Amino acid sequence: MTIHHYDTVETFPDKRIPDPHQDAYSRSTLGFWIYLMTDCILFAALFVTYAVLKESTFGGPSSKDIFELKTAFIETMILLFSTVTCGMAVLAAVKGKMQSIRTWLGLSFLLGASFIFLELREFSHLVHEGFSWEKSAFLSSFFTLVGTHGFHVSVGLLWMAVMMAQISFCGVTVDTFRRLVLFSLFWHFLDLIWIFIFTFVYLLGVL
Amino acid sequence: MEHEPTLSEIKKEYHGTLSAYITGFISSLVLTGISFSLVLTKVVEGKTLVYTLILLAIIQAFFQLLCFLHLGQEAKPRWESVIFWFMVLVLLIIVLGSLWIMSDLNDRVMNM
Repeated sequence: MTIHHYDTVETFPDKRIPDPHQDAYSRSTLGFWIYLMTDCILFAALFVTYAVLKESTFGGPSSKDIFELKTAFIETMILLFSTVTCGMAVLAAVKGKMQSIRTWLGLSFLLGASFIFLELREFSHLVHEGFSWEKSAFLSSFFTLVGTHGFHVSVGLLWMAVMMAQISFCGVTVDTFRRLVLFSLFWHFLDLIWIFIFTFVYLLGVL
Repeated sequence: MEHEPTLSEIKKEYHGTLSAYITGFISSLVLTGISFSLVLTKVVEGKTLVYTLILLAIIQAFFQLLCFLHLGQEAKPRWESVIFWFMVLVLLIIVLGSLWIMSDLNDRVMNM
């Protein structure tokens, strides 16, 4: 019996099996996708908290006073390049080219790490000026929203480091390939969230 | 299930292509550039600028969803798409509902 679960173009041929998510790969992808969607809800709640509390500066600085577009633009570009290099790593894995997987993933890791470095520098700059999360409701919601995204990116870096070691030792197998695909979904998702952060927090913040 | 797919079968199931990544990358680059330059040059002002920026963000999000996250390209029945649109529904209820209630409460406090 052949199960054409991988056939995405034509209608599902085997009527006895109503859906294609029955093998380990499809189940993992679907489960991970559900996780990403719930994470979207989490970020939506943080975004709306930020929108509600944005004007509650309590005598502290407003968004116009503290945000720099230059840093935000550099961070945006770094994250975009990182997400594309991560995609290139998966494409290299499809072709089974070990050396280019390592190069693209390494590049993606370095870009992600420099993103975190820039974000932490921005945070420590704000805290040193006395504008920490304790100052006002606006700053609390800002640090929570952008910090949660930064925490996700940091976890992604850890995941990427572990995966690079796994791929180096085990090569491209069913398991490592699946993990690489799931990781690329996670990394692209973080870039997607960042679109809304740079638009709603930084661009609309300096107007 | 007794049948677990092999590596080559899994690879067939992966939807990413080089051209999709290039399309996503260039469109994101262009849309981000437009957003930032609109704010820096202030060609449009006020509410128009705000709505344009939000629209540009949503367009870029859809480009990335299609090109990077392969939305709507999975096997039928399209569970991923169904879950995505349900998430959008929940998200809109949370966001619009919260904004509505909080702005309403805000108005009442201001009137006191």
